[in-house]
Amino acid sequence: MEATVAQTGTEGKTWGGGNKPLGASYGKLMMWFFIASDALTFSAFLAAYGFSRFKFIDSWPIADEVFNHFPFLHGVDAPMYYVALMTFILIFSSVTMVLAVDAGHHMNKKKVTLYMFLTIIGGLVFVGSQAWEWKNFINGTYGAVETRGGQILQFVDTDHERVALADFAKALPQDRVEHQPSNGVWYDADKQTSASFTVEEITKGFEANPNILVRIQQLDENGKKIVLSREASLAKLKNDAVTTVEGANLTHNEYGPPLFADFFFFITGFHGFHVSMGIILNIIIFFNVLVGTYERRGSYEMVEKVGLYWHFVDLVWVFVFTFFYLV
Amino acid sequence: MAHDSAHTNQSATKRIWYVFMLLSVVTIVEVVLGIFKPAFLVQTDILYMHLLNWIFIILTVYKAYLITWAFMHMEGEKKGLRRSVVWTIVFLVCYLVFILLAEGVYIHDVFANGFVTWNF
Repeated sequence: MEATVAQTGTEGKTWGGGNKPLGASYGKLMMWFFIASDALTFSAFLAAYGFSRFKFIDSWPIADEVFNHFPFLHGVDAPMYYVALMTFILIFSSVTMVLAVDAGHHMNKKKVTLYMFLTIIGGLVFVGSQAWEWKNFINGTYGAVETRGGQILQFVDTDHERVALADFAKALPQDRVEHQPSNGVWYDADKQTSASFTVEEITKGFEANPNILVRIQQLDENGKKIVLSREASLAKLKNDAVTTVEGANLTHNEYGPPLFADFFFFITGFHGFHVSMGIILNIIIFFNVLVGTYERRGSYEMVEKVGLYWHFVDLVWVFVFTFFYLV
Repeated sequence: MAHDSAHTNQSATKRIWYVFMLLSVVTIVEVVLGIFKPAFLVQTDILYMHLLNWIFIILTVYKAYLITWAFMHMEGEKKGLRRSVVWTIVFLVCYLVFILLAEGVYIHDVFANGFVTWNF
């Protein structure tokens, strides 16, 4: 019986099977298709960010004011420098990765080892930098007051320079009663009781300092935040302010709409997660290179595949950099 | 591909450093523009956005092209692979961005012109 191995008469023809139309190995092809689907996930996040941005186009936080820290330069306004440094670190680790792939093509185990090692270091430095960026973002710098409608009121002096709450708020004598679990912890889980100053203290301090003004979220035609007059500031603070906001979390942030912090945490967090996974993959491959797995296999294609992933992570950061910090 | 670049060792490394230099220069240009924000670029609007933002986006796409083509070695892959990845992404992303941004503009208009109280 020859029924199970029937000849179709198409061997050697285009549709006869056995040829590789895309000229890539299975693993590499699947990595490309994974990257394509992951790219769509990230574009969905960034497009959703764009949606919120266009929705609040005239009241969105100004990135230069939010991300203006640099290590060892306390209180110096350094917009962009830190994130530019992070971008360079990631691009450079991409370069060492592609050098490792190139060395793999020449079966040069020593060079692959060195470049893989440098790539891992670059990735670790990047993730560490991102953690520092998060720390600054979560702690905040100046503090602000939130209104009933969720609008953020920030404080500036007469030169429109930002003023921190601690610089003018008056500490009032008050009884702070420790909240007992017996009173039910869940009923007021939303209340922000741990802020350094209450709204009353801020209002008192504001009244005592005539050179402080309120800055609202809305932008004027030059893209600057609108600063209210002294009378309007006082009225706004007295009538609308309900809570103190210091730093950022998922529901409140001192920079502007809560969505801004949500997207920042989610997109840079998801990207940071990708970088962390990339570091782990790189470490696995690094040890495989060390013990000579690919030397025996006769091909360093595994380095190439993990390299594709690593470059993709770099590619995503290029877009995050543009849409969070530049545009 | 392994056998393509095996005999052109020097030029492959050279190209990597050349692309790294290009990426660096573009990033530096972006950072400088981002810090100084030239007034005429901010005040000129094309298609709902400042000219400056368009410049940023074009430079970003250029960087993405460099990374994909040189570092991810898309230039050495077959036409079929290249098209199945790149065209899919480009088409779907354009669609997604158009839908979401158009909707965002609409909601902004409702906030601005509709009878919605939000500033309290």
